[in-house]
Amino acid sequence: MANLKELTHREDRLAGGHRLCAGCGASIAVRQVLLGAGEDPVVVGCATGCLEVSTTIYPYSSWKTPFIHNAFENSSATISGVEAAFKGLKRAGKIPADKTMKFVAFGGDGGTYDIGLQALSGAMERGHDMVYVCYDNGAYMNTGIQRSSATPKGAWATTAEVGAAQQGKIQRRKDLTQIMAAHGIPYVAQASISHWKDLTTKAEKAFAVEGPAFLNVFAPCPRGWRIPSSQSVEIAKLAVQTGFWPLYEVEDGEFRHTVKVHNRKPIEEFLRPQGRFRHLFSPGNEELLAEIQGDVDRAWDRLMARCSQV
Amino acid sequence: MKWDISDMDSWTYKQFPPGAVIPESGNSDDYVTGGWRSERPWRDDEKCTQCLLCWIVCPDTSINVAGEKVTTFDLDHCKGCGICAQVCPVDAIEMVPEGCDLPGVK
Repeated sequence: MANLKELTHREDRLAGGHRLCAGCGASIAVRQVLLGAGEDPVVVGCATGCLEVSTTIYPYSSWKTPFIHNAFENSSATISGVEAAFKGLKRAGKIPADKTMKFVAFGGDGGTYDIGLQALSGAMERGHDMVYVCYDNGAYMNTGIQRSSATPKGAWATTAEVGAAQQGKIQRRKDLTQIMAAHGIPYVAQASISHWKDLTTKAEKAFAVEGPAFLNVFAPCPRGWRIPSSQSVEIAKLAVQTGFWPLYEVEDGEFRHTVKVHNRKPIEEFLRPQGRFRHLFSPGNEELLAEIQGDVDRAWDRLMARCSQV
Repeated sequence: MKWDISDMDSWTYKQFPPGAVIPESGNSDDYVTGGWRSERPWRDDEKCTQCLLCWIVCPDTSINVAGEKVTTFDLDHCKGCGICAQVCPVDAIEMVPEGCDLPGVK
């Protein structure tokens, strides 16, 4: 695990000049993941989404790596195919047997939790030597902030309106990290752009394991969350400190809480600075707020019970 | 490999690589997004402890580093989001209005 000074010696594999919004969490996630990947060459694939669209506007690419985009739902299938082809060409003697290469697919929560879930599950089950990274910003930001299955309960989205009938999204979010852990793959982790050391270490581990690895990275979206562009990292930190986004890893089935939170802050501290939750603080929504806190507490207790005490 | 696209506007289909392939990696470096900015970061070298926290969270790869130290900002690509100023633990980075002559002059 490298410190920041050591990391500066590695190549930044995402160039500037991409057209993601100012303060975007996705590009922070990508930089940290690829810095953690180390020195080996990396092949990147992307699901359709903000990241893919904004980093590959023709005739420009922000990737200092080979890059492939196919469709919204199949980045895992595409990258797993590239990995299988690499192995096949090695076997056929067309690529030197000692050549090493890493394979990674990036997708947003729309392309991962919803649209790409089946392809992701398949690629993980087949045991390809690849890393899948979800940058979770909790909605379909690229197409205009539509709710996804990662959108938190109570959040406003353009398809989860706030009005007489409902106060933002009614349903709880899906816990994808747990779903991936249930695949029994060698490495699964949940990380946040606010905790670079934890994130780059997890990325390093994910790339190092033989076989499939999954990273779920919390990546705020200033545009969709209605926060100032300077607050992305701060909000991500609050998500960790309130227990909304616990940082943990699952290595060969063993759960480990990697960044301890001793005094969990009330969930209001994460919700209040974000415009998408503003209505929750209007009179009449006290019960909903308490319900959200209850959901966080229950998920936290369940997770802590699974984490081995170190 | 450098892909020369300076006269792309006059290309016919024959000059475009098939399949919309972009033959040069990372060439968005040539695309300037600095014009998006309304505020520009300014760093006080005296205050700065070279902790590099700003560098690791910059969404636009716009904190230039040499010899393990922050040197300058890449103002061709910085969009002025202000995250660097926000995360700086010693308040060494300040966002100043774009176009103002020099910082410190508020």
